[in-house]
Amino acid sequence: MSKFRMHLLVCGGTGCRASESNLIAENLKKELEEKGLSNEVQVIMTGCFGFCEKGPVVKVMPDNTFYVQVKPEDAPVIVAEHVIKGRPVNRLLYVDPKTKEHVSDSKHMGFYRKQIRIALRNCGFINPENIDEYIAREGYAALGKCLSELTPEGVIDIVKKSGLRGRGGAGFPTGLKWEIASRNKADQKYVVCNADEGDPGAFMDRSVLEGDPHSVLEAMAICGYAMGASKGLIYIRAEYPLAIQRLKVAIGQAREYGVLGNNIFGTDFSFDIEMRYGAGAFVCGEETALIHSMEGMRGEPTNKPPFPAESGFMGKPSNVNNVETFASVPVIINKGWEWYSSIGTEKSKGTKVFALAGKINNVGLIEVPMGTTLREIIYEIGGGIKNGKKFKAVQTGGPSGGCLTEKHLDTPIDFDNLIAVGSMMGSGGMIVMDEDDCMVSIAKFFLEFTVEESCGKCAPCRIGNKRVHELLTHITKGNGTLADLDRLKNMCNVIKDTSLCGLGQTSPNPVLSTMANFMDEYLAHVTEKRCPAGQCRDLMKYTIDIEKCVGCTACARGCPVNAITGERKGPHFIDLEKCIKCGACFEKCKFGAVLIN
Amino acid sequence: MGKLKSLADLKKIREEARTRLDLRVKGDSPEGLVQVKVAMATCGIASGAKPIMDFFVDELDKRGIGAIVTQTGCMGYCYAEPTVEVQLPGQEPVVYGFVDKKRADEIIEKYIKNGELVDGIIPVNYEKID
Repeated sequence: MSKFRMHLLVCGGTGCRASESNLIAENLKKELEEKGLSNEVQVIMTGCFGFCEKGPVVKVMPDNTFYVQVKPEDAPVIVAEHVIKGRPVNRLLYVDPKTKEHVSDSKHMGFYRKQIRIALRNCGFINPENIDEYIAREGYAALGKCLSELTPEGVIDIVKKSGLRGRGGAGFPTGLKWEIASRNKADQKYVVCNADEGDPGAFMDRSVLEGDPHSVLEAMAICGYAMGASKGLIYIRAEYPLAIQRLKVAIGQAREYGVLGNNIFGTDFSFDIEMRYGAGAFVCGEETALIHSMEGMRGEPTNKPPFPAESGFMGKPSNVNNVETFASVPVIINKGWEWYSSIGTEKSKGTKVFALAGKINNVGLIEVPMGTTLREIIYEIGGGIKNGKKFKAVQTGGPSGGCLTEKHLDTPIDFDNLIAVGSMMGSGGMIVMDEDDCMVSIAKFFLEFTVEESCGKCAPCRIGNKRVHELLTHITKGNGTLADLDRLKNMCNVIKDTSLCGLGQTSPNPVLSTMANFMDEYLAHVTEKRCPAGQCRDLMKYTIDIEKCVGCTACARGCPVNAITGERKGPHFIDLEKCIKCGACFEKCKFGAVLIN
Repeated sequence: MGKLKSLADLKKIREEARTRLDLRVKGDSPEGLVQVKVAMATCGIASGAKPIMDFFVDELDKRGIGAIVTQTGCMGYCYAEPTVEVQLPGQEPVVYGFVDKKRADEIIEKYIKNGELVDGIIPVNYEKID
């Protein structure tokens, strides 16, 4: 047979690789070899499918069968049943949680139904290490169009009219940024790609780079043409080894084809890209700090102005955009700004990728049109809260964002709406919390992160965040007073107003938003010395209900510090002085006699 | 392939690469395509369904017909293997029995291209739930 009749797409994203998807692909190949099918069926490693909760994912084409949670040892049965006999392997199909039916086609899964994939268009579809597959999907056609049909001003005009805004967090209009950079004249200018994804729980940039690296390279070249730069730099954290490796392969292939290098497509436009590695500091996602880090200096931000568009890398005009922003550009050029601006809301156009995490059923990466509501994302795409618990809050925008509650669920999400309700888009991390989460502890967790990541240059951020963290610790230990709450709020506002860069200006957001929405929890901690969610260990007290205790001694034997005493078949007691509140007795007791208050 | 010197070079690579991605593109949006399902259970394979499937894959491609060829399990017509189900866009599927290369060729030329029914139709006596 001259042609492959079937493709087996195996997810090669970091998440699925951690669950041995490499081995799945290898086993499939081996099995096909043994059955003499290597010439008929091709195994392809793709980028992330997004449905990480159910990974590793294997998709069979053209049947469009979507297998979930595949193990390496499932390879023989997939080949014997599906490939040879045409029978889908039912036990590996996704089961709809509501109808309990097997769903073979991803289009019929709640997780995919509402999504529109623009930045993630090729993730889970092409082999990221093969430039031909990218070209087959209109790859480098946008660059070709720009170089042959459009002037640099024409390119900027399209990006401006599309309404694309920076996906890294602040939402600055991309076209405008390019225009400013293009106006500044210099012998050398730089296009910089910000791949220093730092929000805890966000992994969309990594997935784009792992699944479709050429889309970013192409967009950087387009940006270079538009602003008159011949050099591109990708600043990526060294913690992303797979993304780095795939970028290296992609840059090599692009140079080989001459879509990077001198005289691209026979024109007089030349552009090349190099990589710079970051050590994974959160503050280096801020563009001035990022530039300093690339220059080999400390990763500290400086005052703007001057903006990087005037004086950026090595003092030359530079334009910094985020990975996801770049990934959207080639599609906009190919399909036109009218198409792109028809998606989304009035002031936020297009789609946004979100990383769903926390207490949600479908953890993963999704891309939805701007204006989708939190309810749609959490309940329809995300499949609702884990274990049937009650929704409490969702944290958007990572450590710089805020917690939104039940009453915000129907807010259409876009840049401005999120700011209006006291949070922000950020890079698109979305952490869902349920009734078991203590909001004071959540605020403390995020502050811990910002204290750690503060570069220390300005006092409000360096000292202020530390003090805020101390106050929160104080409160969760049951030592807080009402005056502390006022002090906390006051300090947060000062940090917000006086910090030098975005990190400090937004770091109090988790505290302020939880105080605004969950003041009752703060009050419970301070006035009643009680944690309503039962998370703050210092406020917890374990006791034994002597009515229920049968004297089985299971708790006493499980206690690591011998704090439980009592006779066999008699009631037991916990010595609160010795108790370390580890919860071992609570788990051991089969009679529900151990109580937490 | 060396450096791409012009947009024509890019186009050439795109055309070539597209044929290799065809399976995935079609599978992603099967609407409007001819769907051919070859029964490939033990009975089908024993009666020579494999070469018939290969024939469909190769010939539909050679003749430039946008189609998805997949396998299916036993349809229950073991006496008439190899059996092939053909569904033209927007129409009810039709099942053909005793398909050899000659009949397969007829199915492509007459039924798939022109919608004319060909000998060998098995009346379908079941309903499917999707």
